[in-house]
Amino acid sequence: MLNNQGRPTNVDNVNSNVGTSTGAALLPSEPLLFEVGDKNKSGVDLPQTDTDFSSRLGGFARQTPINLPGLTEPQSMRHYVRMSRLNYSIDAGFYPLGSCTMKHNPRLNEKMARLPGIADIHPLQPQSTVQGAIELMEELGRWLMELTGTGAVSMTPKAGAHGEMCGMMAIKAAHEAKGQSHRKIVLVPESAHGTNPATAAFLGYKVKPIPAREDGTVDVQAVKDALDENVAGIMLTNPNTCGLFEPDVIEIADAVHEAGAYFYCDGANFNAIMGVVRPGDLGIDAMHINLHKTFSTPHGGGGPGAGPVVLSDALAPYAPLPYVKRVGDAVALIENPKEGEEHLGRLSAFHGQMGMYVRALTFKLSHGADGIEQAARDAVLNANYLKAKLSDVYNVPYDGQPCMHEVLFDDKSLKGTGVSTLDLAKAMIDEGYHPMTMYFPLVVHGAMLIEPTESESLHTLDQFIGTMRELMADAKAGNIDRFVNAPMKAPMRRLDETAAARSPHLRWDEPEDDAATEAAE
Amino acid sequence: MRYLPHSNRDRKVMMDAIGIQSSDELFAKVPSKVFNTAKLDLPNHQPEYAVEATIRGFANKNRVAGDGPFFVGAGAYRHHVPASVDHLIQRSEFLTAYTPYQPEISQGTLQMLFEFQTQVANLTGMEVANASMYDGSTATVEAVLMARRLKRRPGIVMSGGIHPQYRDTVATYMGDDEGFKCLPADPTASEDIIAQIDDTTAAVVVQSPDFYGNLRDLRPIAEAAHEKGALLVAVFTEVISLGAIESPGAQGADIVVGEGQSIGNPLTFGGPYVGLMATRPNLVRQMPGRVCGETVDAEGNRGFVLTLSTREQHIRRDKATSNICTNSGLCALAFSIHMSLLGQKGLSQMAALSHQQAYKTADALTAIDGVELVNEHYFNEFTVRLPKAAAPVVEALANKGVLGGVPVSRLEPGKPELENLLVVAATELTSDADIAAFAAALKEVI
Amino acid sequence: MSDTRYTEDHEYIKVEGNTGTVGISDYAQNQLGDVVFVDVPEVGAKFAKGDEVAVVESVKAASEIYAPVSGTVTAVNEKLADEPGLVNSSPDGDGWFFKIEIDDAGELDGLMNEDAYKAHADA
Repeated sequence: MLNNQGRPTNVDNVNSNVGTSTGAALLPSEPLLFEVGDKNKSGVDLPQTDTDFSSRLGGFARQTPINLPGLTEPQSMRHYVRMSRLNYSIDAGFYPLGSCTMKHNPRLNEKMARLPGIADIHPLQPQSTVQGAIELMEELGRWLMELTGTGAVSMTPKAGAHGEMCGMMAIKAAHEAKGQSHRKIVLVPESAHGTNPATAAFLGYKVKPIPAREDGTVDVQAVKDALDENVAGIMLTNPNTCGLFEPDVIEIADAVHEAGAYFYCDGANFNAIMGVVRPGDLGIDAMHINLHKTFSTPHGGGGPGAGPVVLSDALAPYAPLPYVKRVGDAVALIENPKEGEEHLGRLSAFHGQMGMYVRALTFKLSHGADGIEQAARDAVLNANYLKAKLSDVYNVPYDGQPCMHEVLFDDKSLKGTGVSTLDLAKAMIDEGYHPMTMYFPLVVHGAMLIEPTESESLHTLDQFIGTMRELMADAKAGNIDRFVNAPMKAPMRRLDETAAARSPHLRWDEPEDDAATEAAE
Repeated sequence: MRYLPHSNRDRKVMMDAIGIQSSDELFAKVPSKVFNTAKLDLPNHQPEYAVEATIRGFANKNRVAGDGPFFVGAGAYRHHVPASVDHLIQRSEFLTAYTPYQPEISQGTLQMLFEFQTQVANLTGMEVANASMYDGSTATVEAVLMARRLKRRPGIVMSGGIHPQYRDTVATYMGDDEGFKCLPADPTASEDIIAQIDDTTAAVVVQSPDFYGNLRDLRPIAEAAHEKGALLVAVFTEVISLGAIESPGAQGADIVVGEGQSIGNPLTFGGPYVGLMATRPNLVRQMPGRVCGETVDAEGNRGFVLTLSTREQHIRRDKATSNICTNSGLCALAFSIHMSLLGQKGLSQMAALSHQQAYKTADALTAIDGVELVNEHYFNEFTVRLPKAAAPVVEALANKGVLGGVPVSRLEPGKPELENLLVVAATELTSDADIAAFAAALKEVI
Repeated sequence: MSDTRYTEDHEYIKVEGNTGTVGISDYAQNQLGDVVFVDVPEVGAKFAKGDEVAVVESVKAASEIYAPVSGTVTAVNEKLADEPGLVNSSPDGDGWFFKIEIDDAGELDGLMNEDAYKAHADA
């Protein structure tokens, strides 16, 4: 019953799912779509089937309920807009997440990806009807090879880790073709991304860690000592995860090749050197390029990415399918192996991440060779500026050399304050920043890895420096409440990750009384 | 340069603070023989409109699917995606956020993933799902690897009805592993896969609707697999089918994987798409990929976090369940928004229309002399046998403005028995006029 | 009369007769933080000293547990499935992982006693 104000007369009778609070206007608390949706509603208008429609599904027709509610368009719009307000984003603020390269995502990229001639073409249309798409792949590949100084590229990998898999599979195939299958060891520096050892182990390789020197770079002598006829390759990130250029990389590459092994380079940090140094000149055999880092395709809350792999001439014959080949005026995607051809096989269905290719190519055309080089120089300049302005209060574990596009601090300066790296990171949230990468790389204690990218202005950097200095001063002054209780101004306080992991609750379950009511109906 | 905020004056201020004269000094550790030595054969920066003209040049050379009769499927399908989906996924807060590792300021993405997992679980008839994978083919690889970890047995028996490129992808990951066995291409769904299951089998992998469009009864295969202690991995490439046919979960599948592109995501020449993976609660700790779970914050409010992350590469390193790092977050968001708009009501309707337009297409094509339907039961995709090789027929159709399906030989080259087969798909976007145009054109070219 | 021995990897084995009860030390649970999951072996499984037997996971870390001696698993702590926090609250009591029938008591001599372990953990 409603009273004359149109309000429920008895609040207790309201469906318990519909609480009273919707949060603050700009920090909404949004129920789950299952709590606001209705199984009899749909936000999509579709015609009826023909009057003489008769299913030919036979015994295959669905018998069990789908059990999914619908929202009309206004409801859906509000549900997702309200949820979106609970997210931090690069468009809204500085995102200094080391090793993730959170740079500005130009909107021209998005516009181009939505052209009907890109978004509305099918991967299995006749190739004669998609020549522009294949040419676009060829052109992006040309830019990648030119920027890396390599002679071949595989476009298919769908992300960095997939690219690693591609490169390492090519290395494995090359050894097999040479009768070198006994090579079972892959060298991986201790500071490597977790995907490196995961990839090598998947392919049946034994991972041999290589220790770092005191200055944070790979110990070239340790590499030489570890190399023998059983080593298949080395996986090296350069610039490395400590934000340092590996000064002996050419010597390492030469030693690796001399031992009959290959050099896989993790290209996650290519942003520091694009247009300035060509990895091919350093002696790499394979390197993936994260288009979603270096070439600004959006991270999208966790993908999709794209991880094309450039290959040296030695590995080029082992590239996976498909690949682009020019035949006179036409371009072709080679989807199936020719008789007797060495190849890796397929790493996924279809031809890779066209939607990401067009965004990355748009970024490159916008920047040009000059803009790409300037972007790398600015990214490195920004990181060194932060280092110069913060290193008197934050400890730099590997000092005495410039950093590249990211600067690594450890938690030595916080010692004795009762504030951990995690607490500091959470306090940054209350100051309006996304935290830096924490506790990675594993080689330093309480790591804080800060990557400003070329997108940040001097003004933003100065503000950030001011905040970071103030936070450290406060931690040292013993005002630890703002740290251990942080964040206090975010949409949520710290979340109980232990409870989440101890009894995983991974889906919404219909409350039992609702389900019972429905079953009775 | 419109994307770079620094003026030269800014750069000078910063270099002074660092104590350098030129940014070259920051690259001091780079061996000089490779520092800035190459003259790149690439153009310099360009205005927006010039870049746009170049990209449009590529796009304009492609025949747009929506510009004429279109019947291409085989793993990617052209369905209608509401305008609001694309608007919402372009919101800065979704588009330009990183993986939600800081849950206090990522609840939008996390709640969406929790909703997505529930949607995928309900659709597939399973209890739990992960937060998405690259695509259907790589999700199939991950399902196979997961089954092997769970069963600690080498055997994988794969149906000949599986999408050939999914099969090829799994084959690449299996290498020369003797435990992996794939049955020959099976357009008529007549293989006896149950006979292949034995005590060394970790999983049987079956697709339904299969590559040729056949609906396959998973129940007896699930029973036979379970009897031998093996798992059933059920695969689909057309997620809309789950609006009309019985879910793999209800048929006894242990792991369900598939392609989610049809909901929310455009064709885009094959990617990015969104892989779906669902399983049973007791198998969850061997499930790869990210998962989002419910918890509470310090004030007791409901919130969401990425959880069970000890399975993942950044912690387990060489002992991780998978080397996957990135998932397909934004495509999962598009899926989830579109699915929330459809609801079960809209999904069922879309599925019914797709089925109807498919059988009307099949009726129109098989009315042509010499064109035979291969399938007994199908959903929105079927295979016809033509009186001659299908590949040149498809080219001839394209010249007449009709994109008339996928010749099986494109994915299965060198198999004469498959050369005349054409896989044809229809959706709610297929009009009766499209069907008539296709039939008329086919009649002319064969 | 029981005798507790420790490995360098912070497992303990509490020996009673021919059977040892294995878990992780108080120091180890402290380092690991809140334990959220323990993957225990199957009863009847045989392991050689140093084999990977179990995995213990906290929110952000996972550690392998190695067999301190060779033997056969005779019992596992079923309670840990629902209450992994027992490893934190009672590492040497209710938070034990599994019991093992010891093949060769001589292998125990290579392990540390309580005092030696204390010195090792403090180092």
